[in-house]
Formats: sequence, structure tokens, C-alpha cells
Amino acid sequence: MSSENRIEIRGLNSFYNSRQVLFDISFSIPASRVTVIMGVSGCGKTTLFRHLTGLKSTGPGQIAVDGKDLGSFSETALSDYRRRIGVLFQSGALFNSLTLSENIAMPLHVHTDLAEETIRIMTLMKLNMVGLAEFGDYTPSQISGGMKKRAGLARALIMDPEMLFVDEPSSGLDPITAAGLDRLILNLRESRGMTIVVVTHELESAFKIADSIVVMDAGSVLAAGTPEEIRNSAGARVHQFLNREADPYRMHMEAYYERLLGDQWRSQ
Amino acid sequence: MVNPVRALGAYALRQVCSAGRLGMFFIYTLRGLIRPPGKFWHTLKQIQFIGTKSIALVGFTAAFTGMVLALQGYHTLTKFGAEGWLGSAVGLSLVRELGPVLCALMVTGRAGSAMAAEIGIMRIEEQIDALECMAIDPYSYLATPRMIASIISLPLLTSFGDVVGILGGYLVGVGLLRVNSGAFWSGLTSSVDFGDISMGLIKSLCFSVLIAWICVYKGYYAGVDEGAYGPEQVGRATTSAVVVAAIAVLISDYVITSILL
Repeated sequence: MSSENRIEIRGLNSFYNSRQVLFDISFSIPASRVTVIMGVSGCGKTTLFRHLTGLKSTGPGQIAVDGKDLGSFSETALSDYRRRIGVLFQSGALFNSLTLSENIAMPLHVHTDLAEETIRIMTLMKLNMVGLAEFGDYTPSQISGGMKKRAGLARALIMDPEMLFVDEPSSGLDPITAAGLDRLILNLRESRGMTIVVVTHELESAFKIADSIVVMDAGSVLAAGTPEEIRNSAGARVHQFLNREADPYRMHMEAYYERLLGDQWRSQ
Repeated sequence: MVNPVRALGAYALRQVCSAGRLGMFFIYTLRGLIRPPGKFWHTLKQIQFIGTKSIALVGFTAAFTGMVLALQGYHTLTKFGAEGWLGSAVGLSLVRELGPVLCALMVTGRAGSAMAAEIGIMRIEEQIDALECMAIDPYSYLATPRMIASIISLPLLTSFGDVVGILGGYLVGVGLLRVNSGAFWSGLTSSVDFGDISMGLIKSLCFSVLIAWICVYKGYYAGVDEGAYGPEQVGRATTSAVVVAAIAVLISDYVITSILL
């Protein structure tokens, strides 16, 4: 494994029951960089995200984190890994029965022996960082979708993680809020040297924040490289995705279904 | 020929996997007793939800059950001139059998369904995934407090229901049907002993474990088998939780009765 790569994915395949959804995925995630995984809806981005965060066990193939196989982690090792990462889910995944402050402070309460006052100050700092200092006493049902995402980000950062995984940060947000989240991600990389993985299908956002981009399609990696390399990619499908062209899409999905369903699809 | 056999085999494997997962879920819930996060406030909150908020429903159900028992019992016992045993009939029926079972069914319908729905929603909104990603044991955080709260609440609710049911029976028997009050109470106290009360409480303890186990499990795995997470899966999990928990209560009632009698 290259020393500057934090995570290496080699030949990863993934299944839901007997249905294969990822096919021989291989690429690297460099340290202290923003890696954007993008592709059309249903191409397997979120499944890959679940593998990277240890929520789905690896099938054939390997995800190596700092050279160690994530699939072979014991329960304790997986727990240690998760304390080193922060995860922002698409919906924010805040607990509805708790206030924003309580949501954000939760990992500190569970994993540290810090005094209540210290936890309060740390929580306030993170709320301030995402521009929600005034909303600590609100519950998730009292705030907007964009605010939920920012609160989710504050919770993901409360343990000062080494790596941050973000699922669809801009989806469903207005351009101003989305731009704010993009700026926050870039600030985190610049100020803390954090390794950040962002899963998205928003082209504008992806090219704004990415140091490297992985384009996925139909469960496979179509192209990987710097934003410039992706823009200059010779692949027709990559161009189609970047230029938002719709026409050949259906033919491509037919090929995907054939791969998924095999004989069953051909016989229909 | 091969396909039906394959389908049957796949079905059998799925059932075995589900049974194994249900067993592991119980073990993880018990393991949560000794793992962080702290559960005191969560458990207290759940006791309020499962126990305190079910008091009115359980009381109402028990009161009318006791009243109907008195009405039915009176008409049967008068045929033998034994209406003095009405207190005994109402007390034994309630304390041994109807009190724990009806209380468990009411708690399943009210609190069990809500537990399954709440945790199912947490599943589809990725809150359970978030717990795992924060290295917080979701079993310890979600299942264990509900299990403890159920174990504390159900026997208390059952005892409360027994008392209210007996008072309901007294009201109808003595107040309406003019059974002698002394005969009612003496029949009750001479027939219902500690063995009957403990049988009812043992049953309610077992039911409390079953209700919390099944309802939380159903919510926790809402949509997981299908790989689809939406309101439909939550609805299905909630219905399934109530049905399976109610059936489990009735079957275990028979088993416990046959062991204890």
C-alpha cells in the first residue's frame, strides 16, 4: 500500500442476498485529501459508503485502512476504527427525541469522561462551526433539512476524527446552503488535514471540493483520477454523465440488468 | 422439480437464519446490561412510556373483565346455590390467568407496537447506522433499556390490573347482584394464596421479556431482509411485532401454566 493512501479498495464485490451490486471495485483514497465518489442514482455509491464505514461486511475483495483489512477487524478493532471516523448520513440521522446539543454531545458522553461543562463548551464550539450556535435547544423536528445536515456534520466532527465520510451532502439543499457545506468540507481539509470521502451525484459540488474523483456506474468504477483527468477522460459514459446526456442511458441500464439478472433477464 | 426444492431449501435457510438472529439479538440485549452507554435515564423514560402511560388502559380492561367475570360467574354459580364463591371465581381467574394475559396483550398493543414503529423509523432514517458509526452499541442503547423497563413495568401493571379487576367484580357481584360482601371477600381470601399470585407474576415476567424482545427485534430489523427501507417496511414490522408478540404470549401462557400447575 502506498504510504500516502489512507484507504485502499481492491477487487471489492458486494451482494444483497444473492444479488450482486458492486463488481470488482478498486481504487485508493489518499490521506488528507477530499475524494468524491459520484455516479448516477442506484449505481452502488451508498453501498460502497456502507462498506467504507464498516456498516456492511465485505464479501470477496478487500478494504485496507492504513494497511489493515477492514473485513478482518474484530469487534473491538471495528469500534476503535469508528471512533477515528466521523460519518454524516444523507438525512443527518439525528435522534428525534434529543435536542441538537444532546445529539452532538452523545459520542462524548459515551466515549469520554469529560466534565459536563467541557462537553457543553465543545458542543457549542461545533454548533458554532456549522452556524447553529443559536439552535442547540431545538429538536430535529423544529429545524430545516439543511440545518439537520449541518447538525449531523457537527456530531460527526465532535470526536475530532481523522477521517470523515459524507453521504450526499448537497442533495435536497438550496444552492446557498449546499455551497456552505462545500466550504465547510474544504475548511476541514485545509485546517485539519482530514481525509474526507464524499458520496454525491452533484457535479458542481463534486468538482468544487474534490482532490480526486471516482466515477461509478452500474456497480463498477468507470474512471478514477483528479478532477482534470476526469474532465478529460476518454470514456463515453463518463462524458455522458458529466454532460448530463440522457439518450443512451436506457441501453446501458439494460446491460446492467443483464449483468444482475443473467439468464432471467435474457429470457424476458 | 429442482426449483420448488430449491425454494423450500432457501425458505428453510431463511427461517434458520432468522431464528439465529433473534437468539443473538436477545444475547446482545442482555450483554447491553454491562456495556455503555448508561441506561438509567433511558430506562426511566421507558418505564414511564411502557408502565405509567399504560395504567389507564390496563385498569379499564381489568375493571370490565372483572365485571363480566362476576356477571357470568354469578349466573353459573346460582344454579348450584354457590354464589358465595363468586369472590373466589373472580379472584382466581384474574390473578392466575386473565390478569397477566390481558395486561400483556394490552401492553403489546399499546407500547409494543410503538416500540417497533419507533425503532423501525430509526432504522429507515439511518439513526441505528449512525449509532454504530459512533461506536455506540445499538443493542445497549435501544433494546436493553426497553427490556429492563418492560420487566419492571409489566408485573406492576398486572398487579394493578388484578386489584382493579377484583374491585370491578366486587362492584357487580355485591353492588348489583346482591351477593353477600363478607362471602365475596372470604371466598376470595380463602382461595387465592401466594402460589396463585406468584404464578401470575411469573407469567407477567415472562411476557414482559417476550414483548420487549419481539417488538424491539421487529423494529430493529425493519426492511433489512428486503434491503428496502421505507414506511411500508415500518408498517409491516409493527403489524408483525404485535401479531407475533401476542401469539408468543398466548403460547407461553399455556406452557408456563402446564409447568407450574
